[in-house]
Amino acid sequence: MTKEITITLNGEKQSLEVEPRLLLVHLIRENLNQTGTHIGCDTSSCGACTILVDGKSIKSCTMLAIQADGKEIITVEGLATTEGLHPIQEGFKENHGLHCGFCTPGMMMRAVELLENNPNPTEEEIRWGISGNLCRCTGYNNIVKAIQYAGAKIRGDELPSTEPEFV
Amino acid sequence: MIPAPFDYYAPTTLDEAISLLQELGDEAKILAGGHSLLPMMKLRFASPEQLIDINNIPGLSYIKEEDGFLKIGALTKEAELEHSDTIPGKYPIFLDATKLIADPQVRNMGTIGGNLAHGDAANDHPAVMLAMRAEVVATGPEGQRTIPIDEFFYGFYMTALGETDILTEIRIPIPAAGTGNAYHKLERKVGDYATAGVAVQLTLDSEGVCTYAGIGLTNVNPTPLRAERSEQALLGNKLTEEVIAQAAQFASEDCNPSDDLRGDEEYKRAMVGVLTKRMIHKAMERAQ
Amino acid sequence: MIKCDTPKEIGGMGHSMKRKEDDRFIQGKGNYVDDIKLPGMLYMDIVRSPYAYAKIKKINTDAAMAIDGVVAVVDGKALEQYNLHWMPTLMSDTQMVLPTDTVMYQAQEVCAVIATSRYAARDGKEAVIVEYEPMKPLMDPYKALNDDAPLLRPDKEGKTDNHIWNWKAGDKEKTDKVFEEADVTVKEQMHIPRIHVASIETCGCVADYDKVNNHLTMYMTTQAPHAIRTVIALVAGHVGLTEEKIRVISPDIGGGFGGKVPVYPGYVIAIAVSFLVGKPVKWIEDRSENLQADSFARDYHITAEMAATKEGKILATRFKILADHGYTDASANPSKFPTGLYSIGTGSYDYGASYMEADAVYTNKPPGGVAYRCSFRVTEAVHAIERITDRLALEIGKDPAQLRMENFIKKEDFPWKSPTGWEYDSGDYHAGLQKAMDAVGYDELRKEQAEKRAKGELMGIGISTFTEIVGAGPSKDFDILGIKMFDSAEIRVHPTGKAIARFGTKSQGQGHETTYAQIIAQELGIPMEHIQVEEGDTDTAPYGLGTYASRSTPTAGAAAAVAARKLRDKAKKIAAYLLEVSEEDLEWEPGKFFVKGAPEKSKTIQELVFAAYTNHPQGMEAGFETTHYYDPPNLTFPSGAYICVVDIDKETGQIDVRRFVAIDDCGNIINPMIVQGQVHGGLTQGIAPAMYESLIYDDDGNILNGTFMDYLVPTAVESPSWETGHTVTPSPHHPIGAKGVGESPTVGAPPAIANAIVDAMSHLGVTHMEIPITPFKVWKTLKEKGAI
Repeated sequence: MTKEITITLNGEKQSLEVEPRLLLVHLIRENLNQTGTHIGCDTSSCGACTILVDGKSIKSCTMLAIQADGKEIITVEGLATTEGLHPIQEGFKENHGLHCGFCTPGMMMRAVELLENNPNPTEEEIRWGISGNLCRCTGYNNIVKAIQYAGAKIRGDELPSTEPEFV
Repeated sequence: MIPAPFDYYAPTTLDEAISLLQELGDEAKILAGGHSLLPMMKLRFASPEQLIDINNIPGLSYIKEEDGFLKIGALTKEAELEHSDTIPGKYPIFLDATKLIADPQVRNMGTIGGNLAHGDAANDHPAVMLAMRAEVVATGPEGQRTIPIDEFFYGFYMTALGETDILTEIRIPIPAAGTGNAYHKLERKVGDYATAGVAVQLTLDSEGVCTYAGIGLTNVNPTPLRAERSEQALLGNKLTEEVIAQAAQFASEDCNPSDDLRGDEEYKRAMVGVLTKRMIHKAMERAQ
Repeated sequence: MIKCDTPKEIGGMGHSMKRKEDDRFIQGKGNYVDDIKLPGMLYMDIVRSPYAYAKIKKINTDAAMAIDGVVAVVDGKALEQYNLHWMPTLMSDTQMVLPTDTVMYQAQEVCAVIATSRYAARDGKEAVIVEYEPMKPLMDPYKALNDDAPLLRPDKEGKTDNHIWNWKAGDKEKTDKVFEEADVTVKEQMHIPRIHVASIETCGCVADYDKVNNHLTMYMTTQAPHAIRTVIALVAGHVGLTEEKIRVISPDIGGGFGGKVPVYPGYVIAIAVSFLVGKPVKWIEDRSENLQADSFARDYHITAEMAATKEGKILATRFKILADHGYTDASANPSKFPTGLYSIGTGSYDYGASYMEADAVYTNKPPGGVAYRCSFRVTEAVHAIERITDRLALEIGKDPAQLRMENFIKKEDFPWKSPTGWEYDSGDYHAGLQKAMDAVGYDELRKEQAEKRAKGELMGIGISTFTEIVGAGPSKDFDILGIKMFDSAEIRVHPTGKAIARFGTKSQGQGHETTYAQIIAQELGIPMEHIQVEEGDTDTAPYGLGTYASRSTPTAGAAAAVAARKLRDKAKKIAAYLLEVSEEDLEWEPGKFFVKGAPEKSKTIQELVFAAYTNHPQGMEAGFETTHYYDPPNLTFPSGAYICVVDIDKETGQIDVRRFVAIDDCGNIINPMIVQGQVHGGLTQGIAPAMYESLIYDDDGNILNGTFMDYLVPTAVESPSWETGHTVTPSPHHPIGAKGVGESPTVGAPPAIANAIVDAMSHLGVTHMEIPITPFKVWKTLKEKGAI
């Protein structure tokens, strides 16, 4: 049994036949070849597969593709525009918020919604806000800085220093 | 990790969903937020033959005060509780609890109805609901019925919901003036199930005498547990340190935790005591 | 001081250049193994044993084969026909690819299902029915040595027990004598638990065998592509897959940390299947498979002892180790070092006697152990030395910082010969610890602690002042399976002055594309923006041993500098020719040669490179490229001084890491931003085993925490806000004075945290706590000591 669904992925509307059990992350990665969204666990613990569905950050390994019927999906590939990088992308690059890059797309997609809800979060709010995303490389300090930087950029405030505090 | 094949239904009315339950029998499972069910299916611990996705049924997501109750639609997401304007004033206990449930992405999907209907003593809302004397509204072929929370959980992962029932609403009596409530759980890391969790709701009169006490415990018993002896210890009393210590003592005696990676029975009993004390204090502060 | 003598436009050493690799990662254009999709590709999923020790009676594949899309089920018997059912481990032990009769640990590979889709492969896996005859597994490494223990490896000729090897270092007689005569001796039994690297990307591969050309392309998650190519050739050479017919490509790697060094059975099965069916085969692990079956790290049981005078002069150390290797010794260690570089465990202190002895045993657990962000067992060694040093401080009532200051090897005593035979290259341990103490406000904290204790509150301060040993290694001592542990760099500069540089190492997030470019920019004056760095393709990169054990900067980084200097020498010759002066009359400044006393007479590096293709001196070879294989003369010895402050909630046992100050000395710094990032990351991987992570088995061999729900990788909430800093003591023998930093924090952090927690409770009679130190353990200990 398959069913036709229609989704909008990064602004592009598409219709596909899917098996009910197809996970949304596999739809995106395998059927639609957008491989920026990653898979890091089986138990919705790591957040590497985080994407935006109708503006909400969700773990695409724990949602069925069929549930996304009619919904608008944004993945890491949809962040940058013709104007340039999204502030969160710039924040991660300028603040060394990534090492291996595997958790980064999910981390950024989560941060986008976090900043949407709270454009000027405290460090504690950021840490709790990304608690559904595991990073094994960075130790999180620079991810916090990256998100603060992006927040400032979105708010139009003066950008914080990106120099390392390695004294 | 990939689930076994299943058939998928997406009814758009409650009646349709209930008919499907009647028609498909007990191999069918309701899909709400999916964050308990889908991981089980991916690990193939669960392989339902049919999924009935109730997310397309309108009108099951709301938070409102009405007829003396705080009414929460079963499909209300945890994140909506976090961000609701209705919650902070009288119900800070929900903010305490939701912050500790899984993580933000899961809370964007997970529903309060699913959290209760799963019947898992490790979930956090059951204890909160026990403390607040909630009622659960079940809708079935015969229409709606209301189940007091005390009668809702029975047995391991078992609830009073019938095979053709859908949990549609949670009703919480609007607390009287002078009420405070609080929840906390110890967890090994953020998002973990509770090592032990305690929910407390108290009403204090102008003299400081306790006129209402509700205490619910998370993950220290095969079912979500109401600490009745502890409540009795508080009721009718001014909440002195001795009274509070007695309530905490009862809670730690009356729970039935088991040894696991989170700790042994002795530790968990002790933590129930510590948390009961702390949550009573916090609820008292909030009752002011 | 960070050395920084090129302008930012060139971006040599010392500049915090933004990373070149980031543009693709932040835009979802990284290319990880699971992103690779080849035409006609098949998918493999692996059936694993539910038992830790069992005979396989029967494998019934009928139901699996009946599933639409399932192509084949491959078991050990099938591989046996090609003699591919066993393979060597990196420690020259043997490991099953697939079992023919017995499974040796829970989650071991039993057979593989091949299908046309990922979903069909998984359905096939569920449908395979395996009949087992379970046996009682041997889980306790001490019991494994008992005479009546069942023999786990009867396949090994002449083996009559479960003992694998015995290893010793230092002078036993001398050490025993010092211990006999010492005023004070202290002793603790400690376990460095079995843990897992848990990189967020699991392991996997796409094996693509081309029958017509008898050629294998292997895309895989490996930190050491060249060594893996050689291993594949050793395993499969007899079926015609010789080394020139094998191309290993390591694309972007989602974190390695040592876990992507070994050859796992899944890779070999995928190759075998692709070889047999002539189609590409993809295998990607699940997280639970990754945690349950891939190589573990650590699992050392250590008895640590220290002898000293009553004034606190350290005189000797003694360590006895039992190493639990699971059913085969699959450690990733240099051949001559079965316990890796454990013998660095004499630490940062000046004393002359030490003796260490280790025994390794087989048990029914997954094999290992990998050097998890650790230069081959240094983490275990550092934990033991730093814990036992604190134990001595407690015994004689001396402040642990003071005790360390009094016993450090002095700056002027380097190079320093350790009692186990190492020659430490350089260090300034006093400066590091002083800087850390000043940063954290050590004296104030001790006062606060005394006040808190008086009120019954628990607060602790923990120190770890460690010495690392990295850069493996000099070829006279270091090899893996006989291959010497040099590393390599090839630089080709194109006529327009833009370069490509290729390396035998492989970044998994360390930022090689940026830092190697900076080293070359430093030496050649070509802007780092114009230097493209490439790694991970055995067809194009020069041979190297790969990236692990903090060896990339000490080996390949050195190779880059030496290769660039060779090219600079050539540029100088060309400059002399073009400027019509002798080479002695030329001076270098970043980016150009000029005539001494006449700076207007100069040639830029770009002009000189162009001339190398267009106008080079008669007799000179054309072109501007070179390769260098760097064989380090010694290892490098980074160090660090870490201070951790904890507050403990007595009633619940919960531990709050209030502050953590880390001062690292990794010699000259290539990119401060990246070094700091490495330290942050390593610290979080240090708090992980100290407080959260360990792989736990029950007596029946079941793993109790084989998913991320129970294997507790810290989130941003558990991970404190790290405070970091540095001192610089250049390595005297490394071409750019650098030392390597990736592992230092993971090595140094656990004992700082453990020491802080023990310190918080030491007045109650607590002398040691086993990591991971959980609230539950703290509470139990407080209860035992009557403190609550």
